[in-house]
Amino acid sequence: MEDIEHLEKGMKLIDEKGKRIDGRRPDELRPVSIEAGVLHRADGSAYVQWGNNKVLAAVYGPREAHPRHLQKPTRALVQCRYNMAPFSVTDRKRPGPDRRSTEISKVISEAFSSQIFLEQFPRTSVDVYMEVLQADAGTRCAAITAASVAIADAGIPMRDLVVGCASGKVSGVVVLDLNKEEDNYGEADVPMAVAPRTGQLVLLQMDGHLTATEFEKAMDYSIAAAHKIYELQKDALRRRYSVSLEELRAKEPNMPPEPEEAPKYDVYHDDEPGVVE
Amino acid sequence: MENRTTREIVIPGQPLEGPGLRPGPGTFSEGGRVYAALLGIRDERNGFVQVIPLSGRYVPRVGDAVIGTVIDLGPGHWLLDINSPYPAPLHASESPWEVDYGDTERFLRIGDVLLAEILFVDENRRVQVTLNREGLHKLEGGGLVQVSPSKVPRVIGKKGSMVSLIKEFTRCRIFVGQNGWIWIDGDPEDVRVAEEAIRFIERYAQAVGLTETMHGFLERKYQKRAV
Repeated sequence: MEDIEHLEKGMKLIDEKGKRIDGRRPDELRPVSIEAGVLHRADGSAYVQWGNNKVLAAVYGPREAHPRHLQKPTRALVQCRYNMAPFSVTDRKRPGPDRRSTEISKVISEAFSSQIFLEQFPRTSVDVYMEVLQADAGTRCAAITAASVAIADAGIPMRDLVVGCASGKVSGVVVLDLNKEEDNYGEADVPMAVAPRTGQLVLLQMDGHLTATEFEKAMDYSIAAAHKIYELQKDALRRRYSVSLEELRAKEPNMPPEPEEAPKYDVYHDDEPGVVE
Repeated sequence: MENRTTREIVIPGQPLEGPGLRPGPGTFSEGGRVYAALLGIRDERNGFVQVIPLSGRYVPRVGDAVIGTVIDLGPGHWLLDINSPYPAPLHASESPWEVDYGDTERFLRIGDVLLAEILFVDENRRVQVTLNREGLHKLEGGGLVQVSPSKVPRVIGKKGSMVSLIKEFTRCRIFVGQNGWIWIDGDPEDVRVAEEAIRFIERYAQAVGLTETMHGFLERKYQKRAV
């Protein structure tokens, strides 16, 4: 799956001015956009575009845990599935779970277990599905960011939102949020996830080597970036639920909204014929 | 009564400031401060701050009238789906019938819809429902509409004003369960209008003066038909 080719001759990951191949500064994030509540069948959902990454997350539950023997008598389970679509990468990815996605699913589930109030829902399971539609390095962080918005959207109680963000080392320079080329030809990649309110680290992995000082710098970058993304997450959730009030205010305050326009069947019934005039 | 400025949307982990506020439902306290645990609307009353959820599953409370569908049969009980994280058993002894052991299928089958009441909820969140209260029964025919349990109070309205209004105009039989399931039966055309009205409420649940707006909505619907 990973390209083992070498970087093209004359191509530099960091140029003389210290800019990266996509023109970013070392501490600059790729553009991130988040939308909450994009799927109607799931209890909660979110869509994240993070540079060239596109990730869709859906959450169900809390619901009865299946298979039954997995149920915990005193608390809920968090069952996560991180999956990459066959078309998410240049060479078709063989569909189905593999060693990598199984591991990522496990660590993400542990990250969320620390923030959700699991003891409020004994014997149940919170099912989190993350589908990577397009991958460009940093998909697990994008997936965590999306899933956390989806969990909040599903009305599941949690201590804080979780934000994923990676940093690493490329051509000897510590950089934030590696893209595909930097990830492939760089020296290290450190994905992490934080709960920004307390600064608690809920996921930390490292691929490659960093010195202690480099590692600390990488962490500082990621945590600062996490706070920025945290604001985007909160904004996405607010937007999702203030729409109707804004719409209503946009119209004349005392006039009833036009019934022809107002109730669009956006929930549950969009596929039923003959419901909308 | 409604104060618009207090209708603030809060996000899990958001601090809920206020002097001497104590944590209510949907919140938690950590290090002496109160935070929101849910995505919802901040609400303060009697020195407690709570978060009214905007989404999420139904959390059963004793005495709630709910609408459930039969999803499984046992020899002495039926299992109901009540839109909560847990299925709720209805024991034969809590039904109005004389049920012989193993003969539950004669009375209720999978897919049947009931208006039931939450009998008890224990500390492990195990739930039981009953049919042995006045007005509880099996609902024949009709169809179900689902809304978020947090929107149920708006669908019912003050002292049932909203449902009564819809019932009056559409001449439908309507039962609203606290779990967010709504059963409607009547002329297909009327059922359609009633459903549309409920979707309208769901969409504009935060709005002020919803009952008056609904009156206008229904009037227009029926005027158009009369023409």
